[in-house]
Amino acid sequence: MDIFIMYLKVFLTGGIICSIGQILIDKTKLTPARILVIFVTLGTILTAIGIYGPIVEFGGAGATVPISGFGYCLANGVIKEVDAIGFLGIFIGGVKATAAGIASAVVFGFLASLIAKPSIK
Amino acid sequence: MNSNVNMSNQEYSDFVDSKAKKSNLGKNIFMAFLVGGIICSIGQVISDIAMHYGVQKQDATCITTIVLIFLGAFLTAINLYAKIGKVAGAGSIVPITGFSNSIVSPAIEFKTEGYILGLGANMFKVAGPVLVYGITTSVIVGFVYWIIKLFM
Repeated sequence: MDIFIMYLKVFLTGGIICSIGQILIDKTKLTPARILVIFVTLGTILTAIGIYGPIVEFGGAGATVPISGFGYCLANGVIKEVDAIGFLGIFIGGVKATAAGIASAVVFGFLASLIAKPSIK
Repeated sequence: MNSNVNMSNQEYSDFVDSKAKKSNLGKNIFMAFLVGGIICSIGQVISDIAMHYGVQKQDATCITTIVLIFLGAFLTAINLYAKIGKVAGAGSIVPITGFSNSIVSPAIEFKTEGYILGLGANMFKVAGPVLVYGITTSVIVGFVYWIIKLFM
């Protein structure tokens, strides 16, 4: 039962975040690229001011899988690194915390594009 | 319907709007909610499996991100992600798999222009701005936090 409630929370949180994106697309004609940029920036800021953390606590992967969760990693990473090593942490923390995501996106993205054939649309 | 060739711009845009297929907001939101929720739940499953095998929570989040990025890239390469996107809208754009899709899909499209300036340069057409704004914001956050810490 506990696991059911946990997954319900994940589903709800992820669903709501994606729905906000859909409302933005339909109502403002923002392109997907802008949606991604807005979400990652908002995720970073909301984490920094302490709003996104509780959402992650509640929704788990429902809050970390959307691209705003990438912002959550960036903000958390930079704060942790400034705590650990001071000034230099400003430039190290964000990318360090998201290194796995960035490197895997580059490598898998590259490999996938190498293998795929351009489609005739 | 008025088909006068001397329509003003406003009249013409109203005319186009009246002919355009109405996008069904309620249905779009529902599909985005459903698909977004499913992708996030898959992420939670991956994370739970990793933690079941004794991986720390933070590493489990890393593994989840890597696996989902792999899945997004793979599904884009076999041309399935675009089909999901047609139904799911933001439900397939906002999750990290959509970030991965945004890397692979322009890379494939521009592959014919060569491996460096075609595939290589276009990989980050959408993902590039995401990194630019994300990382810049994180540096600003770090800087502000560092200043605040100085005075506390």
